[in-house]
Amino acid sequence: MEIKDIESLAELARLRLSEAEKKSLQKDLESILNYIEEVKSAQVPGQTEGEKLYNIWREDQALPREYSLDLITSQFPHKEKGFLKVKKIL
Amino acid sequence: MIDLENLTIEDTHEKLKSGAYACRELLEAYLENIERKNKDLNAYLEIYEGVREQAEAAQKEFENGSATLLTGIPFAIKDNILVQGEIASAGSKILGNYRASYDAGVIKKLKKEKAILVGRTNMDEFAMGSSTETSYYGVTKNPHDPSRVPGGSSGGSAVAVAADMALAALGTETCGSVRQPSAFCGLTGLKPTYGALSRHGIIAMGNSLDQVSPFGKTVRDVEIIFEALSFHDPEDATSAPAEIRRIKASPPKKIGVPWHLFERGVEEPILANFKNSMKQLEDSGYKILDIELPFSKYSLATYYIIMPAEVSTNLSRFDGIRFGYSAEAETLEEVYRHSRGEGFGREARRRILLGTYVLSHGYYDAYYNRAVALRAEIREEILRTFAEVDLIATPTTPTLPFKLGEKLDDPVAMYLSDIFSAPANLSGVPSLALPSGKTKEGLPLSAQFMAPPFAESSLFAVGQDFEKIISYHEIS
Repeated sequence: MEIKDIESLAELARLRLSEAEKKSLQKDLESILNYIEEVKSAQVPGQTEGEKLYNIWREDQALPREYSLDLITSQFPHKEKGFLKVKKIL
Repeated sequence: MIDLENLTIEDTHEKLKSGAYACRELLEAYLENIERKNKDLNAYLEIYEGVREQAEAAQKEFENGSATLLTGIPFAIKDNILVQGEIASAGSKILGNYRASYDAGVIKKLKKEKAILVGRTNMDEFAMGSSTETSYYGVTKNPHDPSRVPGGSSGGSAVAVAADMALAALGTETCGSVRQPSAFCGLTGLKPTYGALSRHGIIAMGNSLDQVSPFGKTVRDVEIIFEALSFHDPEDATSAPAEIRRIKASPPKKIGVPWHLFERGVEEPILANFKNSMKQLEDSGYKILDIELPFSKYSLATYYIIMPAEVSTNLSRFDGIRFGYSAEAETLEEVYRHSRGEGFGREARRRILLGTYVLSHGYYDAYYNRAVALRAEIREEILRTFAEVDLIATPTTPTLPFKLGEKLDDPVAMYLSDIFSAPANLSGVPSLALPSGKTKEGLPLSAQFMAPPFAESSLFAVGQDFEKIISYHEIS
């Protein structure tokens, strides 16, 4: 793994990293990947389905909720006239 | 003076019922301990403001005869469990000012029973760690030896109970985050079956693995909490419906031990103590069988692929836009990058990148898909083993509580702390960590049992036998 790999992962994950941290993360990731590498040597028959997964759906229902609008909007880092304000998108 | 050290939930309930002391007096005794000890141990990040009013409300339940076993019982709550109106920071800077807008499913139930929510406890950031050292809010120390870690990630909750700053506590597990600190602090900790306790209102780390998990001083305490909090919650799509929960487990007799998994890497006092524990169970009528779990040796590596994949996905919601830490920057893109870069600590950044890597094009098959296939094999192998044995036993951890700072710079060494925890989280089965004695130096030792899905009753049965036959002062 090279520094430019760390940079492109950080780009995908929207994480700003210092130069020093890129280097130390490179070292950490190499050591972790070296450990998890052992999954590649496992003989997996690949027949086992595992848990049967299925979705839990329900119809939409209009129900009163306990969520406090105030508690939600008061936490907006930036707002205007009760709306969430963000930087220009386009 | 109330003898907090030896209190159990049932004793306390009787005392509150008979009026030997009031809910408020009990709470004050704990608050006094918190005042005295928390500065050094750093178990609590905050004591909830309305805590005394909660005690008054609990007292009313005793007066009008509607008190339950949990009424008036002081609980410590891990900082990733939402309590409406209170800060829930998950040990992170990025959520340092975040106030929960609703109650978690388990909190709703505790409030209904008028249990006392004392405060929120320190944890590894976003529950990522095995020592409670990755918190933005400082390290938590082990009350048995403050130069050592309490385990993690639910270290604050563990220390709150171990140092008599709460009678019981809630933590969460993704991989050992309650059982491992239970082992390090001399407590009983249960990781329930996946789907048993509601995850609604828990700040997610790895959704396919996370489970709310109680700490107590005794098996019976943990059982009482489990029974109160185990119900179907429609707000959590992974909460198990009632019919799945109803299983008939006969009293456990046969215990399988996968000796081959701990031939290497387990500290000598731990192995000796574990062998002794098995011997004592055998002497008291249990059958101990040698079992093979060939896929389970890949558990921790499998976990360290699946978990970061889920982490990188989950933590993408923290972006500095709607709540939490938001950095000032020129463009939207820069707001994301700066808020996340400054708001997440080192371990969180490490796992986000690792998760991004194992999910990226070109590596997805080699890592993520392979781990998912291995997880299915591990689960299958464990369930198959339960056709032959009632329980599976291992040491809870491979090491004794380690020194503060000892593993902080070596992520893999830290991850190995959870090597025996991973099979239960990956396969969804319940697992109980139990005190099994102390070393000459007074450090706690622990044994762990796993049972089939929803057979928590088997764990409580072996746990209560174990409490009787293991002398706590025994030196191995």
